[in-house]
Amino acid sequence: MISRDTVLSKIRRSLGVTGAETERRAAVTDRLQRAPAGVIPKRGQVGRAEQQALFTDMAEKVQASVARVASPADIPEAVADYLRGRNLPLSLKMGSDERLNALPFAEKTPFLEIALGASDGGDLVGLSHAFAGIAETGTVVLESGPDNPSTLNFLPDTHIVVVRAQDIEGDYETMLAKVRDRYGKGVMPRTVNMITGPSRSGDIEQTLLLGAHGPRDLHILVVGP
Amino acid sequence: MQITSPQFKSNAAAALGDRQLQRALSNVEKGFVEKRAAAVGRLPEFEALRDAARDIKNHTLSHLDLYLEAYEAKVRESGGHVHFAETAEDARAIVLEICRKAGARTVTKGKSMITEEIGLNDFLAANDIEPVETDLGEYIIQLRKEPPSHIIAPAVHVNKDQVEADFRRVHTHLDEGRNLEEPSALLSEARGVLRAKFLAADVGITGANFLVAETGTSVIVTNEGNGDLTQILPKVHVVVASIEKITPTLEDVGQILRVLARSATGQDSSVYTTFSTGPRRPGDVDGPEEYHVVILDNGRSAMLGGEFQDMLRCIRCGACMNHCPVYHAVGGHAYGWVYPGPMGAVLTPTLIGVDKAGHLPNASTFCGRCESVCPMRIPLPKMMRHWREREFERHLSPATQRLGLAVWAFFAKRPRLYRLSTRIAAGALAMLGRGKGRFASLPFAGGWTAHRDLPAPQGGTFMAQWKARAPERNGSGVR
Repeated sequence: MISRDTVLSKIRRSLGVTGAETERRAAVTDRLQRAPAGVIPKRGQVGRAEQQALFTDMAEKVQASVARVASPADIPEAVADYLRGRNLPLSLKMGSDERLNALPFAEKTPFLEIALGASDGGDLVGLSHAFAGIAETGTVVLESGPDNPSTLNFLPDTHIVVVRAQDIEGDYETMLAKVRDRYGKGVMPRTVNMITGPSRSGDIEQTLLLGAHGPRDLHILVVGP
Repeated sequence: MQITSPQFKSNAAAALGDRQLQRALSNVEKGFVEKRAAAVGRLPEFEALRDAARDIKNHTLSHLDLYLEAYEAKVRESGGHVHFAETAEDARAIVLEICRKAGARTVTKGKSMITEEIGLNDFLAANDIEPVETDLGEYIIQLRKEPPSHIIAPAVHVNKDQVEADFRRVHTHLDEGRNLEEPSALLSEARGVLRAKFLAADVGITGANFLVAETGTSVIVTNEGNGDLTQILPKVHVVVASIEKITPTLEDVGQILRVLARSATGQDSSVYTTFSTGPRRPGDVDGPEEYHVVILDNGRSAMLGGEFQDMLRCIRCGACMNHCPVYHAVGGHAYGWVYPGPMGAVLTPTLIGVDKAGHLPNASTFCGRCESVCPMRIPLPKMMRHWREREFERHLSPATQRLGLAVWAFFAKRPRLYRLSTRIAAGALAMLGRGKGRFASLPFAGGWTAHRDLPAPQGGTFMAQWKARAPERNGSGVR
């Protein structure tokens, strides 16, 4: 506590303030309460269909692959198709997300081996359900928790992410508003991952290489009409 | 780490003659600059976002005490711990204590300039805790026992064949005959070696790009995913961040994020932007059981309210060094400490003293490219000038330089005498240099002519030419 008070009093001395000024306190409370939006790029301020097209375009530009399915019932086959196309084993790991667990894997793709839970590093494929997509940058947004454990976003070589078309928003700000709606003002899930393409590094002679420590492949399934 | 900033001149001379380094530096000059320009060109709102980002940080810095208090309360609410550290030494001691309590033998680290600043790795190693850098670039320089030479591309001075040699030297458990020709083979090898380290680590240490007061969240921005594996796999996550990382709201983070990646690597967005708030929640099946934030001052509070406050807006994107002709020529190590390039030339004297780092603010041509690309609109050249002034005031600059300035000032304060003497000097030099048009050596100008010829003046002074051309300017010139 001594360091804390020393640091704060040094800051106050430099700024020439006491910390008790009503005006300063009000300014801080106001900003934290209002959370003003600032400049939002026009790029994402378009209709739903254009937002979804922009999302796909931006995600593909950063080496994610994107496929569209009409309804959740089509997801199991879309997943199996993707794995076959990549010559990957027909097995994956996912969390307890109800939307994923309600999918007709047993009827449509009984050959697909599904394990539940966090990743221990031994899984080749992870399947997650995104909280939202962001058209502006082709980003998927995932929240931590038993439904979609964060380790699935990073340890498997291949990450498949389901995002509902209606959850694709134009910009960061709309996504943040959704987080607030869901968790309450000033509250966050333990981890929110904004993921834009597969893992990469440019650390060797500035050459872009995919699959640094996280997934080598990011496949996004956009669900909905 | 050992500070070699006082030897900047000899460092720079050695760097200019280092062929490996010169080859590596050519990557900076091309890649980063072109990619940034393209990304900026794709976003019409970029300049407006720079203004917004600058204003957010200015507001935050002038209310920093209050935002820190708000942030601290929020971290506690979410079950995390906040530790304040006045000095580098305090921060190291706090981190060590957390590691000891966790019974840590190895810690993984996400890329963090602040832990370089406090020399955390050496300290942990001296206390029998093995620090493992996990960012590919940081891992490479850790193997080479070197400091980073760039704030976002720490191994930018290293070439591929050097990385291969280092991997062969250190990864002795792997087949000697393996092919490491391709960069992708090097990456795969590092991925495999580090994967085991990630899973075995007891504590994960990361920096933070932002600390969000609204929610008590730390934010990291990475491309590899190593920072995330560092913070979700071990049972303890320690964030080390300096006071100026505080950002009021999530929206404010969004504004700055939009200029950060574009300025740094020319990406519209980095691959992973991760918001972490507190430890594992009830029901969670992964994530750290403990979450600590160490907030470091280390001299920054003294910058507030003064001529260096603007430097605290810096978001460590590296655009200034990517665009700096001096950095392009000598690389990052010549600067002799943690922070190179223009941002280092301003920050380093603050942190280690202008007596040691006085050369850095002088290592600038004042071309202004750094300021023109800085996403936070930090007036870097102006602040380098402030340091030069302080150096002069404290009599730290060399006697010959001081004498030269005094002579110049004597004339500059007497405009007539100044014009007369420059006219005589320019005329004399023009006459003497008529044959070759340049001088290979001149008295009092050895600092220049030792490295290149001085072009001979054409004859008239600027003022004389300006006057002579008055009629061309329709009479609207100086009187």
